[in-house]
Amino acid sequence: MKKPISKIPFNGTPEQEAKLKAAIERSNGNKSELIYIMQQAQDIYGYLPYEVQVMIAEGMDVPLEKVYGVATFYSQFALSPKGKNAISVCLGTACYVKGSKAVMDKFSSELGIEPGQCTADGEFSLESCRCVGACGLAPVCVVNDDVYGKVTPEKVVEIIAKYKSK
Amino acid sequence: MENINVKVNGVSVSVPAGSTALTAARTAGVEIPTLCYLKDINEIGACRICVVEASKARGLVAACVYPVSDGEEITTNSPKLIESRKMTLELLLSNHKKKCLTCVRSENCELQKLCKEYGVEFDDRFEGAMNKYDIDRSASHMYRDNEKCILCRRCSAACEKLQAVSVIGANDRGFDTHIASPFEMPLGSVACVSCGQCINVCPTGALSERDDTQKVFDALSDPTKHVIVQTAPSVRVGLGEEFGYPIGSIVTGKLVTALRRLGFDKVFDTNFSADLTIMEEATEFVTRYTNKDHLPMFTSCSPGWIKFVEYYYPEFIPNLSTCKSPQGMFGATAKTYYAEKEGIDPQDIFVVSVMPCTAKKFEAERIDHSAVKGLPDIDVVITVRELARMIRKAGILFRDLPDGEYDSPFGLGSGAGTIFGATGGVMEAALRTAVKAVTGKDAECLDFLDVRGTQGIKEATYDLNGNIIRVAVASGISNAKKLLEMIKSGEKEYDFVEIMACPGGCVNGGGQPIQPASVRNNVDIRATRAAGLYQDDLNLPVRLSHENPDIKRVYDEYFGTPNSHKSHEILHTGYTVRKKY
Repeated sequence: MKKPISKIPFNGTPEQEAKLKAAIERSNGNKSELIYIMQQAQDIYGYLPYEVQVMIAEGMDVPLEKVYGVATFYSQFALSPKGKNAISVCLGTACYVKGSKAVMDKFSSELGIEPGQCTADGEFSLESCRCVGACGLAPVCVVNDDVYGKVTPEKVVEIIAKYKSK
Repeated sequence: MENINVKVNGVSVSVPAGSTALTAARTAGVEIPTLCYLKDINEIGACRICVVEASKARGLVAACVYPVSDGEEITTNSPKLIESRKMTLELLLSNHKKKCLTCVRSENCELQKLCKEYGVEFDDRFEGAMNKYDIDRSASHMYRDNEKCILCRRCSAACEKLQAVSVIGANDRGFDTHIASPFEMPLGSVACVSCGQCINVCPTGALSERDDTQKVFDALSDPTKHVIVQTAPSVRVGLGEEFGYPIGSIVTGKLVTALRRLGFDKVFDTNFSADLTIMEEATEFVTRYTNKDHLPMFTSCSPGWIKFVEYYYPEFIPNLSTCKSPQGMFGATAKTYYAEKEGIDPQDIFVVSVMPCTAKKFEAERIDHSAVKGLPDIDVVITVRELARMIRKAGILFRDLPDGEYDSPFGLGSGAGTIFGATGGVMEAALRTAVKAVTGKDAECLDFLDVRGTQGIKEATYDLNGNIIRVAVASGISNAKKLLEMIKSGEKEYDFVEIMACPGGCVNGGGQPIQPASVRNNVDIRATRAAGLYQDDLNLPVRLSHENPDIKRVYDEYFGTPNSHKSHEILHTGYTVRKKY
């Protein structure tokens, strides 16, 4: 699936920027450390938005397209921030046959975002995963550290309501 | 290097150790089909069209990247291989927009040609999901139709390795992999230099110039317009290829007749305004050299190069010559001097340029320094390929045309003007005139051989009456970048530098006829087309810009002297800092 690009405004802090710049500094102009730098950037910011990728491209003197190509190739890199509540729906084999696609679609339509995206208010992010080791409970979804088994599209509304900020 | 012996289809050949199966086959007189392979630029073994059987390898190997070893036997055309290639083609077709009847590259498409050669009978053997993409028409010089892309990566390799700008590349992965810019930005809003080298290496119709031929046909059929055309130096050695002439053939006479028969009111030569550029630029150089004013001075004829400086090295903007390019000077002179002389309202003059270049389309849209306020210097730019399309559409049998002559008053161009189309040509033309300006007499030998040839970077030093002039010439942006870095670091010092965005100069411009990889990998089209221009230079009666009678007249009647107040207003321009991101 194509990685969706976040439209949420970037709000990085000077501290984060200083940290990233220091990491780039440590790479000593070694362009083969690009992926390592991108991993550190994601640790610092939680995701790799345009502004961060430009900092990496400039700092390491590599084309922005190269950074973006790597960011969209590896599933470890995210282009959208994680929400306050991170929802992960298992699309592994067992969950899939038990109907997790319908669960995912329900989360998508309820939250108004695609997998890989974050709601504009930063409350929820949605992503898919492959097996959380609870196939007996399929279909399974995980919200933050809470695991939900035998989820149906009807239960999705309840789950979302539970985490909505009061 | 030591040689090794291999057999290709039973034929013994000796090749240098480390040679690929593709090279060994070529040496044995065997052609292996390729798609993604572009010599020195894209050697990735990705498309699997060039598969061969090798006695020391298991399974089929990609000939373009497989190094043969001593005593190895290579088979290139067994039934198994033919079947494998055919299936690869059928798989490519399963996700290809098969609109061949209406495709700009029909009959000049490497995929289509291979399908024919391998007898692909059904274009729907494998049916399944197909990618859907919008056509990106945001750039002023080209469009991209990803539904025709076969992901060979030749375009992104050209963008990265030849031009060092890398504004396109492969995004996402698996079935979603597609060629685009970072964050899916449209090509028109990224730091693309508009050189069009990606178009020239695209095997299919995925990348193509913006077709502006209808605008020209419309103007030609508008009785209120006085439609004039200019042809850039290297058009005369490029156009012939579209009509089956060998690479590098000079077809000036037929080019002129074809344009006249298309209905242009006047057919003029950009060689004239190339000479005008030399008058202005050589004078500017001598002044700047004397005053040590922002040296080295860089040439400004190549709009791809200009855009590159504006985006990537804005600190060098003061070093750029302020001269408009020959295309720009022609349009500016047409809408001022020519309009006055002929008594035509500049509003009614429609200037068409035939260029070997896609970036000229972008240049024509820079109207902030146009000669007549509110009017563009150039109305429409078409590439050599678009002109060929117009000639065919009009039913003109190009090969049967008699030779024609350019019209006055912009019909005479010197040999110095004609060599603008090859890397080093502008420098040589400027030197021919600068020698006269500095020493008072013409150089004994007009051939400045040190600045000729297709090497990426060339340097020379000339002593003009004790004035030491250090020059450098670079073509291809990756070479230009190297040179700029050396100048920046102080490692190299020059007085005058010529840069062309395209490797080899305009003869290899992004608007020239497309030669398939099978030709590009084996023939140096840059050198072959350039040879045509240097021959043209020798054949011309006048080889010095300042000796061109049309040039003398335009100064006598209008501009006065080079770099006069009037010429500054009309023939010179300014540049803008552009944001890369």
